[in-house]
Amino acid sequence: MPSIAAYDFPEFIETVCFLKDRPAFALADGTLRLPAGGETSLVLHEGGLLSAVYDSSGKRLLTGGEDGRVVATIDGEQIEEIAAIGRRWIGAVAGGPNGAVGFASGRSAYVVPAKGALKELKHPRTVEGLAFAPKGLRVATAHYDGASLFFPATDAGPAMLGWKGAHLDAAFSPDGRFLVTIMQENALHGWRLDDGKHMRMTGYPAKVKDWSWSAKGKFLATSGAPAAILWPFSGKDGPMGKAPIELGTRGNAMVTAVACHPAEDMLAIGYNDGMILAVRFADSKEALLRRGGSSPVRTMAWDRAGRLLAFGAESGEAGVVDIAG
Amino acid sequence: MSETASTAQPIPVTVLTGYLGSGKTTLLNRILSEDHGRKYAVIVNEFGEIGIDNDLIVESDEEIYEMNNGCVCCTVRGDLVRVVEGLTRRKGRFDAIIVETTGLADPVPVAQTFFMDDDVRTKTQLDAVVALVDAKHLPHRLKDSREAEDQIAFADVVLLNKTDLVTADELVAVEATVRAINPHAVIHRTERAGIEISKVLDQKAFDLKRVLDGDPDFIDAAKEAQAHAHTHDHDHDHHDHACGPDCDHEHHHHNHHGEGVSPIHDVTVTSISLKGGPLEPKKFFPWIQALTQEQGPNILRLKGIIAFNDDPDRYVVQGVHMIIEGDHQRPWREDEARVSRLVFIGRQLDHEELEAGFAACAAKAKAPA
Repeated sequence: MPSIAAYDFPEFIETVCFLKDRPAFALADGTLRLPAGGETSLVLHEGGLLSAVYDSSGKRLLTGGEDGRVVATIDGEQIEEIAAIGRRWIGAVAGGPNGAVGFASGRSAYVVPAKGALKELKHPRTVEGLAFAPKGLRVATAHYDGASLFFPATDAGPAMLGWKGAHLDAAFSPDGRFLVTIMQENALHGWRLDDGKHMRMTGYPAKVKDWSWSAKGKFLATSGAPAAILWPFSGKDGPMGKAPIELGTRGNAMVTAVACHPAEDMLAIGYNDGMILAVRFADSKEALLRRGGSSPVRTMAWDRAGRLLAFGAESGEAGVVDIAG
Repeated sequence: MSETASTAQPIPVTVLTGYLGSGKTTLLNRILSEDHGRKYAVIVNEFGEIGIDNDLIVESDEEIYEMNNGCVCCTVRGDLVRVVEGLTRRKGRFDAIIVETTGLADPVPVAQTFFMDDDVRTKTQLDAVVALVDAKHLPHRLKDSREAEDQIAFADVVLLNKTDLVTADELVAVEATVRAINPHAVIHRTERAGIEISKVLDQKAFDLKRVLDGDPDFIDAAKEAQAHAHTHDHDHDHHDHACGPDCDHEHHHHNHHGEGVSPIHDVTVTSISLKGGPLEPKKFFPWIQALTQEQGPNILRLKGIIAFNDDPDRYVVQGVHMIIEGDHQRPWREDEARVSRLVFIGRQLDHEELEAGFAACAAKAKAPA
């Protein structure tokens, strides 16, 4: 039976991750809490934190705040300031290969290579989200009416991937063959990058808020429905013409967070009532990891070994589940 | 230590519209500098001369997103979805949000954002749309821009500002123009945007439970409808310049507002007021749904209180373009006439057709009251 170390933070938890194997909780008030082994608190941003992602390539947490700063921390104790653009909100951050960092504010995306100067990529519309391709220095931005692909090391203009509607976030498949976006209207959209062929992934009753690639990139797991929806990406055509897998279906709850296990085909699913299940892809076998809580699960992350699952909820409830007990 | 989490109350949102130079910044500064003990987040298009401790000013590019559902008028403000989501994550950080729009902004996508986006809708409650009008320049504005008219037509509260810059006659004329565009708004006359905050914030104009409660026109009509309300006492509160149609210092053309056609050149928005007895729900709902589907782009605002046949409760509806919502409000009182009222503000509305459609929803009369 899994055991839980439970924590209760005073604020909305935006993102959880493991930094040097310690669970770290990034709160909307701009602080980073590391509760294990004597609680520490690190101020990442004055005012508040708006965006945070774990950069698996740099093994660090990247965050953007109301203070117009983008910072990184590897150990949860030291902060490195990546950029500061003044009094504007940083709406999205992304980590890329070789230490590159991307972020977005208003109608600009910015790329900061590990060595080199900040580069601004101006857009006609607000940059809602961005992502780096797994290899090389290639960035995709999500915006109204589609996505744009940049090679920021060059001065070439972007390649446009058009699809009507507002696109709020972007992700490359781990093999780099596909780009997927989250849309304002309860759907995902995707493109096969070879030929720009469209992939429509619709049918969600709510906006997709969280997504996670499975080990080896075979599936993209998503929230936004009473079950976790997993789109198959292993075939040549991606999810085109295929039905998604549904895991952890519940009649009276919505999935709000998903985290694929780092090695096995297994998914942690968080719900709006605070429940967390672990579900195996192969036989849909479910294990209860957390019975419930006072608010929706916002964020979840596995440790490298795939034994500990850290989670954070909107009310500040949090914890670390040890699935081996 | 932080207090224990309580059930989250939706954060009220006030939208300030008004043409360039109408006094929005002055009003905002007044609101923020008053010693009210409340914390506001203010969303502006550009950091201007606003900036008060304790309150948060957020800059945001006005950005209209069409929803990908084939409906041209289903638009939201993408920037508001994003900023409001960011602002509402932390409980108790703000007591209210104020959205200041640019002079040329269309108020409709702003309002629709608070109905169409699920996250925004659960965490906030649109409180009121407040329009500032420059009393001196309104006539020119109406000639050269449709936005100025839209802002007035869409407003719940109109501040007729800069009254010190016009003569008494000009003021009467400009107020009549505002009334012609929007007979249902509460109008306040101001100089240098001087007004009590309580007249601007916390209006609950979009609260279904209070639909038409603050509508001077509707209150008037309700009085009319009450057979025993024949006194000539103006017993309603009248301590400022909230000029309802029954306000005794000006009796301009309210009797005709139902006709919808404004005598004033440059005004293209009309208002249509429908009144009838109890309605049949099986006729009313299909009618209003079809109507808002077909006429949605022409309807700026819609509000109503409906008496349904055999229903002890008042039913209230409101709408913006194609979005319509309704609910039971409260039981009809013994002494209340069971009157159904529906008001539309929009363009190219066909009064006769609306009148006929509404009349066709009437419940078969049993015993007329």
